Amino acid sequence: MSASPPLDGGSLAALTDAFLATHTPGSMDDLEFLRARFDAGLAVVSQPAGLGGLGASAELQEQVDLAFANAGSPDNRSAYNIIGLGMAAPTLLRFGTSAQQQRWLRPLWTGENIWCQLFSEPGAGSDLASVATSAVRTEAGWVINGQKVWTSLAHEASFALLLARTDPDAPKHRGMSYFVVDMFSPGVDVRPLRQVTGETEFNEVFLTDVLVPEENRLDEVGNGWKVATGTLMNERMALGAATPPREGGPIGSLTDLWRTRPDLRRPALHDRVLRLWVQAESLRLMAARLRQQQLAGQPGPEGSGAKLAYAQLAQETSSLELDLLGDEGLRYDDWTARRPEIGDLGDRTAGFRYLRAKGNSIEGGTSEVMRNIIAERVLGLPPGPRPDRDTPWKELPR
Amino acid sequence: MTVEQIPSLLYSPIEDDLRSSVRSVLADHASWQSVLALTESVATVDQTLWRVLADEVGVTGLAIAEEHGGAGASWRETAVVLEELGRAVAPVPFLGSSVFSTALLLGLRVDDLLESVASGTRVAAVVVSAAQQVPRAHRSAILVGDSASAHVPGVLDALTADILLIPTAAGDIVAVEASDPGVRITPVVSLDMTRQLADIRVDGASARLLGRGTAASSALSTAWTITAALLASEQLGVAEWCLEAGVGYLKERRQFGQLIGSYQALQHRCADLWVEIAQARAVARYAAACAAEGSGDLEIAAALAQSVCSEVAVSAAEICVQLHGGIGFTWEFPAHLYLKRAKSAALVLGAADGHRARLGGLIDLTPADAPGSAHPAEEPS
Ligand SMILES: Cc1cc2nc3c(=O)[nH]c(=O)nc-3n(C[C@H](O)[C@H](O)[C@H](O)COP(=O)(O)OP(=O)(O)OC[C@H]3O[C@@H](n4cnc5c(N)ncnc54)[C@H](O)[C@@H]3O)c2cc1C
Repeated sequence: MSASPPLDGGSLAALTDAFLATHTPGSMDDLEFLRARFDAGLAVVSQPAGLGGLGASAELQEQVDLAFANAGSPDNRSAYNIIGLGMAAPTLLRFGTSAQQQRWLRPLWTGENIWCQLFSEPGAGSDLASVATSAVRTEAGWVINGQKVWTSLAHEASFALLLARTDPDAPKHRGMSYFVVDMFSPGVDVRPLRQVTGETEFNEVFLTDVLVPEENRLDEVGNGWKVATGTLMNERMALGAATPPREGGPIGSLTDLWRTRPDLRRPALHDRVLRLWVQAESLRLMAARLRQQQLAGQPGPEGSGAKLAYAQLAQETSSLELDLLGDEGLRYDDWTARRPEIGDLGDRTAGFRYLRAKGNSIEGGTSEVMRNIIAERVLGLPPGPRPDRDTPWKELPR
Repeated sequence: MTVEQIPSLLYSPIEDDLRSSVRSVLADHASWQSVLALTESVATVDQTLWRVLADEVGVTGLAIAEEHGGAGASWRETAVVLEELGRAVAPVPFLGSSVFSTALLLGLRVDDLLESVASGTRVAAVVVSAAQQVPRAHRSAILVGDSASAHVPGVLDALTADILLIPTAAGDIVAVEASDPGVRITPVVSLDMTRQLADIRVDGASARLLGRGTAASSALSTAWTITAALLASEQLGVAEWCLEAGVGYLKERRQFGQLIGSYQALQHRCADLWVEIAQARAVARYAAACAAEGSGDLEIAAALAQSVCSEVAVSAAEICVQLHGGIGFTWEFPAHLYLKRAKSAALVLGAADGHRARLGGLIDLTPADAPGSAHPAEEPS
């Protein structure tokens, strides 16, 4: 960090204008434009100079994004790269070496590289710290073997965040390390898994003798859990504490329906719509407050509360939408097994939103796990018995 | 109000036997894998299962007297069949044909049609949109001379129907052969593909008048109420399956070195659900008993049963998905079939709020006056 005071809104606006004066969206290659924006530090302004930012306050991001959007700036596939932007980037910034940051952050932000998260396994879901995928050090690098599951976007991804076991003799939390895996490496086998919506949004990923070079390890050997926890807290913020405009997100479909279809309104549902609106707005403000609190620091366990509330809201809202729709709610649009178009939630039927929202209380840690985190880590309640904490991982029952 | 004696809410030995026959047929013919596969095939109704249920177990005419081709049992036994069909999310047109149409034909006293529907040789469907809140004809349904027309979206159990029973806007009820060249039955991509809906277009098909005037409208309304009363039993079956599947999984899945069933957070969810299902069973049994006895409390019992069972089934299915974690969210596990059935069944014959509103009228707990009328002084002058 330089010693000079951080940029204020005015100077940032001037920098943005100057950039846009010499780079016209549409008149140059989209990718070149995005790369130039990154290099100018106008991608994520709070990131350090040289890494897509200018060390400015994150509060100033919105005005920059707005200026670029108004100028018709190309999209960096942000909808597809939620894991990259929301989870991988903060993890790399916090735990990566400078060389790793230089290498991965730019193509991540421009959308050239989509990222995915190879955490969950058939035997390690809520109990993520019990992952069994092994990483064994050889002269050529780390050799990875194991099976991951529920991996969203693995079929789109160039890189993955991988949590693997490097020391089976250590107690489970202490024997893991964290790697970045090139998804095009030999031995990576991505097989689609179908969801309740009909779509194949996530995958099983089989890793067979996948070679990961030493320079792709993040943080120390044995520190995998610490890094993964950082990623998860960012994930929960990304999932729960987005700050859309008022009536953005799931509540928007419901309020639209209520306003545009007076024929569907029923007195008994009016108060429920209003309650959900109140819930949505409270969550939105809570998320905004959480983000303000965390501008400087890293997200803490509080993000779990936002994620928990978001899942409830999304589920109740889409359920009520179906109740309102009645006969129309009984119809679905498409059960075909296909890769989803991310971000088209609003274009799908209410039934799709209802079904997809069921995943909200499972993905990124279940709602029960969120409650446990709040109870134990925020409220300081005594943790439940964990007989497995101090036993060497390889001796745990499976 | 006089306090009636509560009828038996238990299962009789005959009902238990019936249940085990139906269950064993379903075990042979309706594994979840085959139900799931059928939802993705062109013909989503299981015709083989339907034949076995009709011919071997004789479930299609339970509520019909023997002289009309039925089994001479009652709606109570029919409800037990529905519980089992719900437990298996079985793709057969039982609710639409053996309950709704049958009740309507009973009310209209159309013996010949009743006989063929009771024996299961022919399937009938009542041509109204499945989720409407009140038993009412579609406004497009008309009878001119002896030719009927109707364009009705989202009809229940009509895909394999041989006979369409069409309430008309003028208050008649007519029957049209599905094979009539004027009839088009188009499958709907449905939220619940184990009970796929159909859009019906009838254009000048030759129609047989079955009833008119108050006789027709009261038959329709009674049939609708009986169907609502009995749907509750199907919802009960759905809920029971979901709780059992969830509890079963809690007893085998380990995380953090222990069975997840040892976590009180999950135990309590299951315990609460069990209590809800115990109530759902009682109200569903009561509704079936009222239907069987033609009780004066039937309308209340039906509205009550729908208010309770719609929500219990949905919540059971939602909990079942949640208890299974990632697996619960996949296509390759049956929980989603139950979720889709539960949510759809909750909308069929109107959502729970509609039934509560009906109930309010029946028990003299009417809503507040329309806003504004109570405080005229607040109107700006
Ligand atoms: C749509 C979707 C996308 C996903 N994407 C990814 C991805 O990209 N990458 C990735 O790595 N993973 C992903 N996941 C996986 C997700 O993180 C796991 O499914 C989740 O952590 C739960 O693990 P599990 O499925 O093994 O369920 P389990 O952990 O087996 O949980 C089963 C049930 O037990 C409950 N439970 C478990 N432990 C406790 C406890 N201590 N106290 C109380 N209740 C408990 C759970 O809440 C749940 O109800 C995704 C999941 C979904 C549904």
